[in-house]
Amino acid sequence: MSLPASAAPPGPRPTRAQLLVTCLVDHFAPDAAEAVVQVLERAGVEVIVPDGQTCCGQPACNAGARADAAAMARHTIALLERDPAPIVVPSGSCTDMLVHQAAALLADDPAWEARAREVAARTYEFTQFAVDVLGLSPACRGAGTIAYHACCHGLRGLGIDAQPRHLLGTVDGAAVVALPEADTCCGFGGLFAVKLPDISGAMLDRKCRQIAASGADTIAVTDISCAMHMQGGLDRRGIAVTVRHIAEIVADGAA
Amino acid sequence: MNSPSPLPFYTRAQRALVDDNLQKALDIATGRMMVARRQAIGLIADGEAARDQARQIRAHTIANLGTYLDQFVANAQAAGAHVHFAADAEAATRLVVSLAQRHEVRRIVKGKSMVSEEVELNHALEAAGMRVVETDLGEYVIQLDKDVPSHIIAPIIHKTKEQVAETFRRELQATDTDVAGIPEMTAFARRMLRAEFLAADMGISGVNFAVADSGSLCLVENEGNGRLSTTVPRVHVALMGLERIVPNAQDLAVALRVLARSGTGQPLTVYTNMITGPRRDDDPDGPSDLHIVIVDNGRSRLLRTELEEILYCIRCGACLNACPVYQEIGGHAYGSVYPGPVGAVYTPGAFGLEPWSDLPQASSLCGACKEACPVRIDIPRMLLALRAQAETHGLTPRWVGAGLHVFRIAATRPWLFRLASTVSRLMASWLGPRGFDNLPGPLAGWTRHRHFPAMARQTFTERFREKGRR
Repeated sequence: MSLPASAAPPGPRPTRAQLLVTCLVDHFAPDAAEAVVQVLERAGVEVIVPDGQTCCGQPACNAGARADAAAMARHTIALLERDPAPIVVPSGSCTDMLVHQAAALLADDPAWEARAREVAARTYEFTQFAVDVLGLSPACRGAGTIAYHACCHGLRGLGIDAQPRHLLGTVDGAAVVALPEADTCCGFGGLFAVKLPDISGAMLDRKCRQIAASGADTIAVTDISCAMHMQGGLDRRGIAVTVRHIAEIVADGAA
Repeated sequence: MNSPSPLPFYTRAQRALVDDNLQKALDIATGRMMVARRQAIGLIADGEAARDQARQIRAHTIANLGTYLDQFVANAQAAGAHVHFAADAEAATRLVVSLAQRHEVRRIVKGKSMVSEEVELNHALEAAGMRVVETDLGEYVIQLDKDVPSHIIAPIIHKTKEQVAETFRRELQATDTDVAGIPEMTAFARRMLRAEFLAADMGISGVNFAVADSGSLCLVENEGNGRLSTTVPRVHVALMGLERIVPNAQDLAVALRVLARSGTGQPLTVYTNMITGPRRDDDPDGPSDLHIVIVDNGRSRLLRTELEEILYCIRCGACLNACPVYQEIGGHAYGSVYPGPVGAVYTPGAFGLEPWSDLPQASSLCGACKEACPVRIDIPRMLLALRAQAETHGLTPRWVGAGLHVFRIAATRPWLFRLASTVSRLMASWLGPRGFDNLPGPLAGWTRHRHFPAMARQTFTERFREKGRR
């Protein structure tokens, strides 16, 4: 399946982008962020990393700690406003936070709500930016068998599904197989996995069984949070499968 | 429905996770219902448009509920029904008991009614000396087992057929032939129930929709027990939540198009009963008295709040089947007659947040419920709203709120965040190079099921800046 070149919207193609690294990627998966930079720069997009990045407030928002979440959202919005370039985020959850939740959290302050909406309008999850905005079909090589797991906030919050599947379709030399129940939650859910670990663990168990049944050696995802949870579960069960951010798969095989 | 089970939610959930019969029953049933729903909605060419239309109808009705309720009451009364209001569960049960006494009722048959479960009507009627028999097959088994439903449309989804056979043997002295298979068990239950229908003085039913412009009640069902309960006994009492209204028959048709498809995957239920008033002089059958009991019991407190949208629910059960948490723990763990995602919003919303503050936490916020809902109710948004209310009222564990607050203090001060990051990474590299298997404190639950990953020695940002880049 290949996307026509017209998938990218008409108008000038951006030549610069701001990377919102996200705290989890920064601390647990720096390679994923490097991969995003590589893919974008090969496509002729200069990547800048705004100073002062911390956390967008998503975990606090999910926990119902609205005041704390709003404070972190304001911090993140302020540092992204300094540059007019589009914002790329290697995470569906954090993108959803900026695109949908932040304005709602700041709704009682019209000025801040407007600032949240302005930032939201130019914020993209990585595969959205690569496919919908840049129209990328990067020729790259891979090996082995890859399956795609659709992370919930990307899939249902942002409607992301075709974009990552399109990028995987461009990987030459790797077989892409279907993951049974690919759109069922892995059980991470942020603090859910910490507060109700046994329910989360049961969902993870089901996900690990499906991954093992898929025959894939690599699971591609758009969120490192879900990847950490799934990788931890697979390792614990002795299932030799690697969960990787999709940007790494695309960047690795690039000619 | 004023207090949950004595055990906390999480303990009930943990028990459910190790209940082999429950796990087996849930795996079979929720999977089958999900596939059936997708196929059924997919079969109608305008399935997505039908959902939009159904949502608009529900939104419009709830926004104008007072007007439509008045219209319904006037038309139902004009058709000869007696209409009563019950402000809460106690008023509802008292009212039905007094109606039964006034009509000198001894024996009652019941069609499936979630409102009657909600107000715990059977206890009250039995305490007043009446014989009450549930006639929906699932509810019949529940009653025999002194159990409670675990799903809003499939009350015994938590039971295997072997468990039902055992119940019939134990409670009804069924023989091996009677319980040889599902068709035999169904035939056996039908024989037992037929006598009850014929001897009953009163039939009690729920209401799926009440049509404002005609005063009609619509009841959908698959077993015919609803039709028998509402036509054979001389008195019919219909219990309805006050939000069950649709403006007219055209709107009812739209709602029915998505209801059964979303619930069981059927295009339409086997029986769709329309009831307008009691038996008329030229009717061959039907009750001589029809009483409609409109129950509030916490519903009106949801109106004009951030939880109002949950009143759009048409009780199809699709969100339960689609929910990966429900699929793992089943309905009883929620402790409410309304379990699953809809119950996690409705229960604390209508019955009070304090006793039910655990339920909005019982979700990974994956959004499968919203995706499955035929009227597109934004359940995740309302779960977040309830979590925020719980946080404001001090109903969440203190370590979560305190931890997030400390995190916020660092996350709004980049220098402090960098310092905390450096210290954490030093500690992590000191503890081990490849993550952790047994962490203490709040992370113990995490490492019980999964490895905890190691932090990178150098963050991406540090690497990037080292290259002299901004």
